Amino acid sequence: MTETLPVQEAPKRGVPLWAQIVVWTGLVVLLAVVALGLRRAQQGTVQPGEVIPDFSLTLFDGYEFEGKEKVNFSELRGKVVVINFWASWCKPCEQEAADLEAAWRYYQPTGEVVFIGIDYVDTEPEARGYLTKFDITYPNGPDLATRISQFFRIKGVPETYFIDRNGVLQYIQVGPFSNETQIRQQVDKLLNQ
Amino acid sequence: MKRLTFLFFFVLVLALAVGMPASAQSPNPTPSDDEVNAIARDMYCPVCENTPLDVCPTQACIQWRELIRLKLSEGWTEAQIKQYFVDQYGARVLSAPPAQGFSVLIYIVPPIVLALGVFIVLRAFRSMHKPLESSARETPPATTPDNDYLRRVEEELQKRD
Amino acid sequence: MLADFGYGILVITFLVSIYAIFASVFGQVKKSQKWIESSRLAMQLTFPLTTLASLVMIYLLVSNDYNVSFVYQVSSRAMPTYLKVTALWGGQAGSLLFWSWLLSLFMTAVTLRKWDRDREFLPWVVLVASITLAFFIGLNVFYENPFTRFWQTFSGVTPATFRPAGAIPFTPADGSGLNPLLRHPGMIIHPPMLYLGFVGFVIPYAFAIAALVTGRTDDRWTHITRRWTLWAWLFLSLGLVLGGRWAYDVLGWGGYWGWDPVEIAAFMPWLTGTAFLHSVMIQEKRGMLKHWNMILVILTYSLVIFGTFLTRSGVLSSVHSFAQSAIGPAFFIFIGLTFFASAALLIWRWPELKAEAQMTSVLSREALFLLNNLLFIAILVVCFWGVIFPLISELVTGAKVTVGPPFYERATGPLFAALVLLMGVAPLSAWGHSTLKTLGKAIVRPLVAAVIVMAAILVYFVLNPHLINGYFPYAVIGLFVTIMTAFVTLYEFWRAAEARSRAQKENIFVSLWRLAGRNRRRYGGYTIHLGVILMAVGIIGIEMFQTETQGTIAKNQSIQLAGYTMTFKELQEFDLLDARGAPMQNVTRATVDVHQNGQYLTTLYPRRDYYYDSEQPMTIPGVRSTMQDDFYILLVDWQPMSNIGATFKVYHNPMVNWLWFGSAIFILGTFIAAWPEKDPEKAPARARKSSLAYQPGD
Repeated sequence: MTETLPVQEAPKRGVPLWAQIVVWTGLVVLLAVVALGLRRAQQGTVQPGEVIPDFSLTLFDGYEFEGKEKVNFSELRGKVVVINFWASWCKPCEQEAADLEAAWRYYQPTGEVVFIGIDYVDTEPEARGYLTKFDITYPNGPDLATRISQFFRIKGVPETYFIDRNGVLQYIQVGPFSNETQIRQQVDKLLNQ
Repeated sequence: MKRLTFLFFFVLVLALAVGMPASAQSPNPTPSDDEVNAIARDMYCPVCENTPLDVCPTQACIQWRELIRLKLSEGWTEAQIKQYFVDQYGARVLSAPPAQGFSVLIYIVPPIVLALGVFIVLRAFRSMHKPLESSARETPPATTPDNDYLRRVEEELQKRD
Repeated sequence: MLADFGYGILVITFLVSIYAIFASVFGQVKKSQKWIESSRLAMQLTFPLTTLASLVMIYLLVSNDYNVSFVYQVSSRAMPTYLKVTALWGGQAGSLLFWSWLLSLFMTAVTLRKWDRDREFLPWVVLVASITLAFFIGLNVFYENPFTRFWQTFSGVTPATFRPAGAIPFTPADGSGLNPLLRHPGMIIHPPMLYLGFVGFVIPYAFAIAALVTGRTDDRWTHITRRWTLWAWLFLSLGLVLGGRWAYDVLGWGGYWGWDPVEIAAFMPWLTGTAFLHSVMIQEKRGMLKHWNMILVILTYSLVIFGTFLTRSGVLSSVHSFAQSAIGPAFFIFIGLTFFASAALLIWRWPELKAEAQMTSVLSREALFLLNNLLFIAILVVCFWGVIFPLISELVTGAKVTVGPPFYERATGPLFAALVLLMGVAPLSAWGHSTLKTLGKAIVRPLVAAVIVMAAILVYFVLNPHLINGYFPYAVIGLFVTIMTAFVTLYEFWRAAEARSRAQKENIFVSLWRLAGRNRRRYGGYTIHLGVILMAVGIIGIEMFQTETQGTIAKNQSIQLAGYTMTFKELQEFDLLDARGAPMQNVTRATVDVHQNGQYLTTLYPRRDYYYDSEQPMTIPGVRSTMQDDFYILLVDWQPMSNIGATFKVYHNPMVNWLWFGSAIFILGTFIAAWPEKDPEKAPARARKSSLAYQPGD
């Protein structure tokens, strides 16, 4: 391509080395991006056995956790954590809302289990209406900038994640629970570990 | 282009609003659907990707539109409302990424590539002008006899047409 | 049982295409015509095989065999028979089978041609084709078997290809039905057209690779594939247009193109394909740009595969698509191999692809074609970057972003305008060299006509100042460019026809007809250009002058927009029954009267259908459509029991019909250009000449 090439090479000009390097690196980078994207798409949600790193959730007004308006996940070590993703526009979420609240009230006195509600892509007025309607008392907050849901790679709402005392994810419920017993079974399993 | 002009319009409206603070401050009691849609059409709700908010029929999107209406009635500007949604749900709600941080790349890469393309084409022009003469010198009939024959046939055909 | 038979056929097809791969390589290595001939026959055998497999699938669909999970997913008893047949491409597995069927159709057709003068190409063409086919059939065999059946086991019902131990077949009573959005006629024809376009581009690619491998890098491969490329391009264009029409009719957002990644994935190969159709003419006329044409063909094929991958593997889809497909990794490996092999071959043969002529003038036809290619590639870069950027952004920053219409419209708008302008100038320039003087001379008459028409349009806007909006400056530029190009193109037709009619003493229309018949590619091309111009007018109309409003009104109240008044008359709700008398869909239909200036125009019925089987709604607009404008009403919401009434969204889309009309002209032009000449390569003695006969006198 370059005009400064020696004359004797003129009739048999191959692709210059720099162009070859550009082409090959371009291809490799493109394929790498696609491969990583593909892996992400195929991963599904966070899998049981994975340690959940720290995240923090700012709670709705009127909710608090140990006197603070924010929950830091790292401070929950030593407790069994139930994280429920929900939204006010989600019909199936309403099915399980009362059961989740009942389970929470059952465990709350022991102080060994924490329930956290994360409100996914929701509008605040309707979310508050939902929380009031089902009289939900466990800490609840909006998923600001969808950071937490993106981290868990949730596939939809409702989804509930059960995390043991060591911060390791143990069980995922995709879709709603049909009764309180189901929730308590999972929590008891983790409590008895 | 449509949105660009829309933006232009919006800036104009904003300028007017700044010029007449009294009228801009008085909140509209119930913003109309059109006012809501004017903002919603530039937004995307994560629940239904690739469908603009103003036409998406899901419950989540209906709620979002009502929220826009609420904010409008409280006297918020379009920019404030969009910023609120970005804070709440992330930059993905905007129909194009804001030109800041990493997203700047989306706006600067295409012009760079275009400039590169222009450069390559110009270069190709020049190289087609010059170095070929040297190659033609070395292998005088750059075309095979076969091709030469074809060219003559072609010329014949051209004359006939 | 039949399902097992179908799967067996797929496995056999897979083995046959694998055999074709080996036979062609072996034949090449051993220089054995027998093996090569055998590989060709194997290639031809795949067509009856995939046909049989497709027929089995269609039979299963039509006979409501819900034991087969694919049938269960895309069909239901309530669906009419024609929909059951077309449900074949209504889901992942079936559409892959359909794709393979079309691919084997094309490949068989190409192996049936006379190969006497291109013996050396044959094994390589068969090789590329059978690798592609083996890959797609392999997807069906290993990942997405359309013949998977339901089995009742101890733990529940699972779909599986083979009977799990101790399981008995399970047959649901009814299927879940086709997605209602896919029941629209546009969507029924749209995928086959798109697929035909996609698989059609495999042929030029196969020949290009054959040319690279054999080192026969003269123009032979472009001559052979020219018409194939045109047909592929025709189908791809048709698929894109039908997709747009479908979006306009059923997606209910008043538009035809949303810059959705899936749409763009289909648009990208069209861009490179179009660039190729132009630049290949430079190669034929002037023997230049051989490298570039190779790159374009390879790029087109790669984009076909890449686009299919992006839309099917779930890479681009969202949190909410549950359909995770296992085909991703296999597809990825195939793409990687394709890219690397093509690039390596091209770099290897680069020195042999020498230009035979020189660029002599910046205003020559070939220089302008080069500019045309640059613009197409620039649009491609914008599209590609917009599609891939969210992926990169998520990987780098962890946050998702949306790249929507504003980005694409801003970035491609000027490029499209420049393309239209170029379309006006390029036909006036000559091969070899043009000067500003010759070009100016040719352009002066169309330019004057365009200025006059533009002045008239401006007067119209001055008289109707309410039409002037923020886009007005862009619209003026766009319209002027479009009109000038229209006049240049018409002038080209007229000039040639007039010259001929004077020389031959014919009627001018007869001359035009004969001229077009004698030089199909040229006048087909100009016809396509005319179609593009009409489409551009429609696009300017809807993009820059669309107005919309939304309101909730009670019965007998009205909404006004753009001089129209729509009055809400009535709201009905009823069930539509299928052939057996069972309810199929619930329809909520508003009756709306449309008036203009107090004059009754028509009654429209915007509606919302709810399909019981698939539990999905579909919004069907009420549209009054004329060449001037479309009045487009959507029923957004309603309160049946109260007198609040219903919510309507109303669009006024000026000139949008020109888009569809222009598309029809466009397709017609492509037909003219692609229609076979009377005797292409009939006798060997004339073969050489006829291979050139497509391009006299351009």
